[in-house]
Amino acid sequence: MKALRDVFGETLVKLGSTNPNVLVLDADLANSTKADKFAMAYPAKFLQMGIAEQNCVGVAVGLASLGFVPWLSSFTVFFTHRAVDPIRMLVAQTHANVKIGAAYSGLLTGFTGKTHQDVQDLAIMRAMPDMTVVAPADAVEGEAIIRWATEYQGPVFVRLARDASPDIFDQQYGFAPGKTITLKDGGDVLLISTGPQSVRCLQAAELLQEQGISAGVLHVPSIKPVNQEEIVNAADKAGLIVTVEEHSIYGGLGGLVAEVLSETSPHRVIRFGIDDKWGESAPNDFLLDKYGLSASRVAQRVVERLKAKK
Amino acid sequence: MNTNADYSELENLARQGRWLAISTVAGSGAGHVGGPFSAMDILVALYFRVMKVRPEEPKWPERDRFILSKGHSSIGQYAVMALRGFLPIEELKTFDKGGSRLQGHPDVTRLPGLETSTGSLGQGLSVGVGMALGARMRREKFHTFVMIGDGELQEGMVWEALHIAPRYQLGNLTAILDWNGLQQFGWVLAINEQHRGDRRDPWSRIDLRGIFEKLGWRCLEINGHDFSEIIPALESAKAASDSDQPTMIVAHTIKGKGVHFTEGKHEWHSKVATKEELSIVANELGIAESAV
Repeated sequence: MKALRDVFGETLVKLGSTNPNVLVLDADLANSTKADKFAMAYPAKFLQMGIAEQNCVGVAVGLASLGFVPWLSSFTVFFTHRAVDPIRMLVAQTHANVKIGAAYSGLLTGFTGKTHQDVQDLAIMRAMPDMTVVAPADAVEGEAIIRWATEYQGPVFVRLARDASPDIFDQQYGFAPGKTITLKDGGDVLLISTGPQSVRCLQAAELLQEQGISAGVLHVPSIKPVNQEEIVNAADKAGLIVTVEEHSIYGGLGGLVAEVLSETSPHRVIRFGIDDKWGESAPNDFLLDKYGLSASRVAQRVVERLKAKK
Repeated sequence: MNTNADYSELENLARQGRWLAISTVAGSGAGHVGGPFSAMDILVALYFRVMKVRPEEPKWPERDRFILSKGHSSIGQYAVMALRGFLPIEELKTFDKGGSRLQGHPDVTRLPGLETSTGSLGQGLSVGVGMALGARMRREKFHTFVMIGDGELQEGMVWEALHIAPRYQLGNLTAILDWNGLQQFGWVLAINEQHRGDRRDPWSRIDLRGIFEKLGWRCLEINGHDFSEIIPALESAKAASDSDQPTMIVAHTIKGKGVHFTEGKHEWHSKVATKEELSIVANELGIAESAV
């Protein structure tokens, strides 16, 4: 079990030894995002851009034009809100080979409060043509995605949770853009999730099992592109479909699944997530409980939904 | 300073460039005139005298880079690129039309020879910083030029780049400020003056040169319409590629420069010339009447 930010820093260090084009551009948060590990290992390839995220994005585009593979290091919210215009025009519209290491994603950002929590990033980034949007669940998947993104030619937004979540994948794991992953089969309810929330869904499914409810879990690490057919096929086998995300229920994974299923199937989609609210400073457990995203709260909410359905 | 006879060819090209810009905008029914005209002489100097470029090989790795950060002046850049051979002059007629390589704002995915996309203001200098930084890291010798507008300089992102370029000692980067002193709408003067904005001088009373120098830029101040000042400044900037200071060329220009009724007129920021106006323009620029 390793925090995804440590995975970010350590994977960049590994890539630095094998890929001479890898650079890291930091907006003065490297010791938080753990890109500082790369700074220590390759000081000449670590470019401090200061507290100026828009310029950081633009400089990366210039470097990418010369064949470098720039990884950006800052908090998610500063990329998707402050620097969204250069990401839109300079990166996405030109298909620039820039990799956005969006650290401190979602609600669990280490007591920062709503100013630093980003629960709209998936909605913003998945609406952007040419952008690949991915959210790893654990350390193994995090490393696989960072390695894949480095090889891929084009912009990638990698949603990285701050803290650790239990390992669910082994070293055989291979990332493929668009591919969804069935973490658990189950017919009464299908929980569809992304990022470390998928791990909490797996735990919720175990709690439901104890109550005799068969819950499946579909993990969607690749928000864009996504294999729509896999989502439809998984949904067809489920009695109830629930999306669960550490994100607004508007426009993120819940939006994605609702869009896909409403065009192809008669399924209802229940969305668990942040219901049009800002976050707050608090311990992770408090936040997950309050916003209904802890394993026990997800299980409880599913039970309520199943009762209401009958 | 009077223009030197050596520059008559460039002056002639600038007249052609202005004609192509205003007549293209008239043909397409949309586009900008004032900004392209204030930038025109510098664009001609860059493409015809200062920058190493290969129109037939636009991605030549050793080429000098140019970014028009004030992307709404795209037609000025397209006109000069056409004169230089990057695209057929005939193609200018497609400007702003569906499917064209010549988008309203420069689109690097469509037209070879562009270095990035611009249009949303304030972003080009950052990309130029990245190119200059990358050139240093790759030990490549090309120079990067970025033109910004004075109105554009109100964007905060420009100042992020202005701060970082001297810190990385990018002598291989030159910013050119097209200081034409007019912006689109400006400030309302007084209640009883209704909506007439004061578009004059986006940087009223502010010593920009002093600010740039204090930030660590080497500053050259020129008349942006006099080739005898433009060429030495650009060449001096390029010659400083190995130095540890980026260059800022503060170019004093006139919006709409080159035709008497467009000069200094904010209305010509984006305006379409009538057939009658085009005749006058052609006459003033010495373009054959048959072209009108």
